[in-house]
Amino acid sequence: MTVIVKTVSSWVKVLIFLFGIYTILFGHLTPGGGFAGGVILASSYVLLMLAFGRTFVAANLPRSLASRLDCLGAFLFALIAILGLVCGGTFFVNFLYQRYAPGTPFALVSAGTIPLSNMAIGVKVGASLFLVILTLAAFRAESQEPTERDLADPGVGGKE
Amino acid sequence: MALFYILLIFMVIAAIIAVETKDLLSAVICVGAIGFGGSLMFLLLRAPDIAMTQIVVEVLGLVILIRATISRDLTFISGDREFFGTVASVVILFLVFMAGMRICDTLPEFGDPVFTQRPEAASQTYIAKGLSDTGATNIVTSIYLDYRAYDTLGEATVLFTAVIGATAILRSRSRKRLEDPEL
Amino acid sequence: MAYALCFLLFMIGLYCAVVKKNMVKIVLGIVIMEYAVNLFLIMLGYVKGGVAPIIERSQYDGATQAVASEFLSASVDPLPQALVLTSIVISLGSLALMISICIRTYAKYGTFDITEIRRLRG
Repeated sequence: MTVIVKTVSSWVKVLIFLFGIYTILFGHLTPGGGFAGGVILASSYVLLMLAFGRTFVAANLPRSLASRLDCLGAFLFALIAILGLVCGGTFFVNFLYQRYAPGTPFALVSAGTIPLSNMAIGVKVGASLFLVILTLAAFRAESQEPTERDLADPGVGGKE
Repeated sequence: MALFYILLIFMVIAAIIAVETKDLLSAVICVGAIGFGGSLMFLLLRAPDIAMTQIVVEVLGLVILIRATISRDLTFISGDREFFGTVASVVILFLVFMAGMRICDTLPEFGDPVFTQRPEAASQTYIAKGLSDTGATNIVTSIYLDYRAYDTLGEATVLFTAVIGATAILRSRSRKRLEDPEL
Repeated sequence: MAYALCFLLFMIGLYCAVVKKNMVKIVLGIVIMEYAVNLFLIMLGYVKGGVAPIIERSQYDGATQAVASEFLSASVDPLPQALVLTSIVISLGSLALMISICIRTYAKYGTFDITEIRRLRG
């Protein structure tokens, strides 16, 4: 990719990542939530992959780490559900709001386990979608012949 | 209200172009246009959560589709179509469409849903008691993470399985070379 | 009339998934069907002149802990929105799975045409 695209995308990706974190954290107060925020996190890495190439991003966040983050997000979500059973008496009950820390409305720390669930889902969805797109890019790079790889469109994905 | 119909007609025209065009890249871009029209519709239907999710999901979906279809041979469809199968399918689809139009007349009028007339509906409880039961001011979040959190657990499982399936299908060929010396 | 246009969108997607012979076109037909179904579910909950189901600070009285009555009467239905939210993300996962099947088939047979891929070998 050209120098302009690389420079601008390296500045913009930080803002996209920050916006994704904001969408996840404030999911119980403003529109958004865990799913939209997770997809925004994944798309910041996809922007990086389109501008700099697959090998650069795979060195930054390798496939094994992304897979572990995916499993960690799913495990945290299940853990919050089981903690509801242990501490509250019912599976998936909002035990933090109903027993321990009610909080005040319109504050960031409120609504019990809902922000924690949002964070777990955000991590899970973001890591899953990043893993899928990374695998698609890796398969495509491998299935091409070496001559095709040289003639491949330089506009799509840098040096693959 | 007129804006709804304009957007819906735009989406229908984009869908017809996506179905009938012979170039795969144009079809993918038309599907992207349908997604953007849908997101605007969600915003006008007072669903900001859904509009945000639809836009970002659709952008990633376009990236996946374009990566799959660009620079592959055979972006044009060739060959003759079998005539009898196409005609039979179109006739059956037309009958289904006619039946669906009859059913659409029995739906409540657009803009006047059923739950406003029934005070015992579940949505009335969610709107009235959402803030006091859960503490979240976003009622949609309080539904899918507190009242109906089990559905969200199922959704996480389905997404997990789909991603594992996609990764397993796209496993690289070097595994075969690793297995051969063991034979 | 609005429901009829949404149903027409669904039928166009169904026609594309049933009649077309290119694998990617079939996937596009399924994606159009998913958009139409999500749109229909949200349209079912629309209240004319309604507000989004998010409580604003001006509608909440901190002293009595009561929500303003105009929110209670004018809010749109939040239940279909919560269910469609998960449905949209699942459709992205299933799109990734379908495209990975298409790419794998293309790498093995060299074509996207389903009439030329008659025998499925392991």
